[in-house]
Amino acid sequence: MKPAPFDYVAPAELSEAVSALAERPETSRVLAGGQSLLLLMNFRLERPTLLVDVNGVGALDTITVTGDALRVGALARHRAFETPAVAPGALGRLLSRVSPFIAHPPVRVRGTMAGSLAWAHPQSEWCATAAALDAVIELTGPSGSRAVTASDYFLGAFRTVRQPDEIVTSVELPLLPESDAVGVAFVEQHRTHLSFAQAAAVVALVLRDGAIAGARIGMTGAAVRRAREAEDWLAGREPEPAVLARAGELAAAAADPYQELHAGVEYKRHATGVVVRRALTEALRDAQDGRGRA
Amino acid sequence: MSAGVPIRLTVNGTAYDVTVEPRRNLADVLRGACGLTGTKLGCEHGVCGSCTVLVDGEGVRSCLMLAVQAAGRDIRTVEGLAADGRLHPFQEAMSAEHGLQCGFCTAGFVMLVVGALDADPSVARDPERLDALLSSNLCRCTGYEGIRRAVLRAYGG
Ligand SMILES: Cc1cc2nc3c(=O)[nH]c(=O)nc-3n(C[C@H](O)[C@H](O)[C@H](O)COP(=O)(O)OP(=O)(O)OC[C@H]3O[C@@H](n4cnc5c(N)ncnc54)[C@H](O)[C@@H]3O)c2cc1C
Ligand code: FES
Ligand code: FES
Repeated sequence: MKPAPFDYVAPAELSEAVSALAERPETSRVLAGGQSLLLLMNFRLERPTLLVDVNGVGALDTITVTGDALRVGALARHRAFETPAVAPGALGRLLSRVSPFIAHPPVRVRGTMAGSLAWAHPQSEWCATAAALDAVIELTGPSGSRAVTASDYFLGAFRTVRQPDEIVTSVELPLLPESDAVGVAFVEQHRTHLSFAQAAAVVALVLRDGAIAGARIGMTGAAVRRAREAEDWLAGREPEPAVLARAGELAAAAADPYQELHAGVEYKRHATGVVVRRALTEALRDAQDGRGRA
Repeated sequence: MSAGVPIRLTVNGTAYDVTVEPRRNLADVLRGACGLTGTKLGCEHGVCGSCTVLVDGEGVRSCLMLAVQAAGRDIRTVEGLAADGRLHPFQEAMSAEHGLQCGFCTAGFVMLVVGALDADPSVARDPERLDALLSSNLCRCTGYEGIRRAVLRAYGG
């Protein structure tokens, strides 16, 4: 099918985009990569009356290190994160392991990280990453900008605290400390290269004196995209296989998967526990390799 | 709402001055207003890849890009590959290796491969990256082996 008619503006300045969106926010949509929105419009599942295309807003097309964070502008495409050079140290390694799992090359050329966070698909890899790292999401609307941490941002499947008149202007991901041994990993279960994840886990581990000083675990899910019980369990413990397995169980118990055609809730819950355990094991190995790297 | 907008599309080096509604995707405008019907539309939701064209050298889904977004950019379609009456080496290789049967997916695969491999032929020597690239698009006929062999033939795997 083809999209229903809509008005279209493509401003070059953020302020113009914000004012255009403010006119009728409820029925307008921001157009970023279009790799979710345009297909929904093709099927008329979305019928906006106005598209505010932000692709011409050059100021949003940035990825920079500012202080102790990587600041990702709203036009940074999935593809930019395929190389570990995108960010210093463990953060660059982590992002470059996540990005190749998002769709396939032609979609990654256009789709954006900010668009993924705005869309908040329950199976989104970037949403799990943002949750794990407690990214700071910058929302800009008619009354200015506000910063929301990922822990406050996600409300459920396709639901966030973003108001219809707000644009996600940037995402700040904290750089991971290099003073201690830091290990990162991403593990995903999906049916084919083309499929969304059935379960995925993002892990960053900090090791000190042979024990886990801190763990961050993000996972696919609706309202619950971070495995806090598992993180608390791991803190201070030795990274033994049984300890990691228990963390997987805690993550699975906390997860809130939904029923899909090829994967029921119990299957996805089980798979979440498995990918969390595997990601923890891989992150441990990554931290050990890291000692060699340093 | 949605009145026609005059735009200039540069496709295979030729300028097309067309008037399009913003809701028209690039694939439809290439096929309709520009008369370039080599590009096919299958799923219209980014999955099949039969609509893949190059925009500023990069393979994209032309069903998931509005034509108005492509104004002023360098668009290449399957019609633009042959030069001086000779097919592009990858088109030759697809023919030699039986990389197609019904042909519906072919233009999309050709643009996907030419876009990625002309920029970085080393993908042909890395089975994992080649798999990841070829699994971007769907082919219901060939089982992909002929397409993979064509990549190796054209880009020296
Ligand atoms: C075949 C296929 C497979 C895919 N597989 C995956 C996958 O495995 N994993 C995955 O995570 N995604 C997948 N995607 C989706 C893809 O990652 C999208 O790029 C992403 O979901 C949305 O980003 P976008 O920039 O394309 O946003 P758009 O499609 O432009 O927008 C999506 C929604 O977010 C809003 N929006 C976008 N940007 C902003 C902003 N800056 N501020 C406010 N609102 C905004 C839009 O208004 C719209 O409602 C797939 C897509 C396709 C076509
Ligand atoms: S028609 Fe564009 S991907 Fe299928
Ligand atoms: S040749 Fe028929 S779909 Fe590929």
